[in-house]
Amino acid sequence: MSILINKDTKVICQGITGNVGEFHTRGCLDYGTQMVGGVTPGKGGQTVAGLPVFDTVEEARLQTGANATMIFVPPPFAADAILEAIDAGIEVVIAVTEGVPVIDMVRVYEAAKQSNSVLVGPNCPGVITADECKIGIMPGYIHQKGCVGIMSRSGTLTYEAVWQTSNLGLGQTTCVGLGGDPIVGTSFIDCLQMFQDDDETEAILMMGEIGGTAEEEAAAYVKEHITKPVAAFIAGRTAPPGKRMGHAGAIISGGKGTAAEKISALEAAGIEVANSPADMGAAMKRAIEKAN
Amino acid sequence: MKIHEYQGKQLFQQFGVNVLENRVSRTPEEAAAAFTELGGAIAVVKSQIHAGGRGKGTFIEKPEQHGVQLVKSADEAREAAAAMLGNRLVTIQTGPAGKVVNQVIVEAGCDIARELYLGIVLDRANKQPVLMCSQEGGVEIEKVAHETPEKIFKEHFDPAQGIESYQVRKLCKKLGIEGKSVRAADKFMKALCRLYVDTDCSLMEINPLVVTGDGGLVALDAKINFDSNAAFRHKEWEEMRDLSEEEESEVRASAAGLSYVKLEGNIGCLVNGAGLAMSTMDIIKTHGGQPANFLDVGGGANADQVTEAFRIILSDPNVKAVLVNIFGGIMKCTTIAEAIVVAAKSVGFTVPLVVRLEGTEVEEGRRILEESDVELVTATDLGDAAEKVVATLN
Repeated sequence: MSILINKDTKVICQGITGNVGEFHTRGCLDYGTQMVGGVTPGKGGQTVAGLPVFDTVEEARLQTGANATMIFVPPPFAADAILEAIDAGIEVVIAVTEGVPVIDMVRVYEAAKQSNSVLVGPNCPGVITADECKIGIMPGYIHQKGCVGIMSRSGTLTYEAVWQTSNLGLGQTTCVGLGGDPIVGTSFIDCLQMFQDDDETEAILMMGEIGGTAEEEAAAYVKEHITKPVAAFIAGRTAPPGKRMGHAGAIISGGKGTAAEKISALEAAGIEVANSPADMGAAMKRAIEKAN
Repeated sequence: MKIHEYQGKQLFQQFGVNVLENRVSRTPEEAAAAFTELGGAIAVVKSQIHAGGRGKGTFIEKPEQHGVQLVKSADEAREAAAAMLGNRLVTIQTGPAGKVVNQVIVEAGCDIARELYLGIVLDRANKQPVLMCSQEGGVEIEKVAHETPEKIFKEHFDPAQGIESYQVRKLCKKLGIEGKSVRAADKFMKALCRLYVDTDCSLMEINPLVVTGDGGLVALDAKINFDSNAAFRHKEWEEMRDLSEEEESEVRASAAGLSYVKLEGNIGCLVNGAGLAMSTMDIIKTHGGQPANFLDVGGGANADQVTEAFRIILSDPNVKAVLVNIFGGIMKCTTIAEAIVVAAKSVGFTVPLVVRLEGTEVEEGRRILEESDVELVTATDLGDAAEKVVATLN
């Protein structure tokens, strides 16, 4: 088992005819992902990376049986692309695109909530189930099949955590890049629920950052509902207030959303908090040992 | 992206939100003329900078002068403007260096019956914009939110629908707005919600929102931030942007497609990914150092952008060492390695350089660096990198 995606997942790429879309479609194919096609409006009938291109997601789904999509559509059209995937009944919608206007995401989030689709992202590296299926832009080779479920608001910080857990021999089940925007489809809590219900996942590692209150909400959820060991790291202890730190969502505003607040909420919930980004894997190990 | 009060008020007018008549003045003479033109017995001269707390703030060059001043004649308007223009205003939000006032507005006075607060922000937990009001107008709203959150009243709204009349009535009841002012509030709040959505705001604040003696509502202030992600559909923002308000190196970085924030420390950082960039700053601090900047080169950066990133970092005179931390995903380690070699030649590294590479094409990247004659210290992991870069300073 794993969460969200596995070796049977059939994936299309929206925006496959763009450079980035094609590049990462090939990367996913190399990893062994069942890529089955792509979508670019007006370019139906072409072939990219050996895969058929369709004009609409609906058509792609009917022709290929796809149940997941990876979206690289540029920001002005990204919200529409996500809505199209939801409308076509794609089960797992993964939006990699960075720079989607926040007000667009208010509408898209609501549509996703009302549907049977799970939206991950936008502004995320994607989702990977080790050795089975990679949907996104992460380097595949750092992953190793194992027991840790990983979820994170940051891309490269996730790679760092993956790398550390691989080197410690813990390995991963599924790694979910939640995205760095103020509004994203899947939250820490959604992932926690899925990891708790997943037999293969024995422990959970979360990477949060400054801005918003998603980590505080996750901490409260862990305390109430999660029986598996949880470790965490929060990026941005040294970030100044009022400045957007790269991610649209990574900003301390009105004195709220600081790393210190988040860390104390996590610790209060009994979560093992890594005090340095070099310590994430080790913190996970400590949490597992404590639980045993 | 931030804009000035006077620009915010222009938007208010376009959307039918009441503001007082005002004139933008860039010289004391213009301010005096503005007073005469407005024709009232009083007016207010207000410094225009991208920071709050102007009324309480004072000038470095003129410590007795506040950033906002009531004036009763054209001469007083001229004097106030002369004391403000070209000088540095320090408020609780500017930091000790303050911000230079390049323009003021001269605004008509009004008959203030009550001062309220109104703000619209995105409620990240609820995934909807929220309109917030309070009777505690004119004071620091963060303080109210922290100490007496029950004094802030909130209504969420759907961006497509805007706020509904019943929601406005609920807020009016709690704010003590009565009689014909309720109808004024309905028009006022609906217009603000439409403005927030249509112009892609990320924050809008009116503090104070004034109820006038005759029951009308007027926005006495206007603070607007835009969602930078929506810049592609707002070409007009380019004209509204005031580059003099932004850190020069940050403007340069954003022009090169880099995400950079200047800090006070002495260890420059070049990292890919926002989370990793923040974590790199954090781990430098953990090891006893101070980061000089946040810099995310992004996933798709090319050699030119990375070279420019080095230039920006090294142009900060505080920088005494540089840490490069790359975990290649989309970003290839070879791109970084090549850029380091180019930067060493064209920019020249005058300070120690510590490099940690991992991820896509790492072996090839390390080989490029080894075969070059660039002087650098290589690090095996994040902890090692932080330790080594801090050690170069001792």
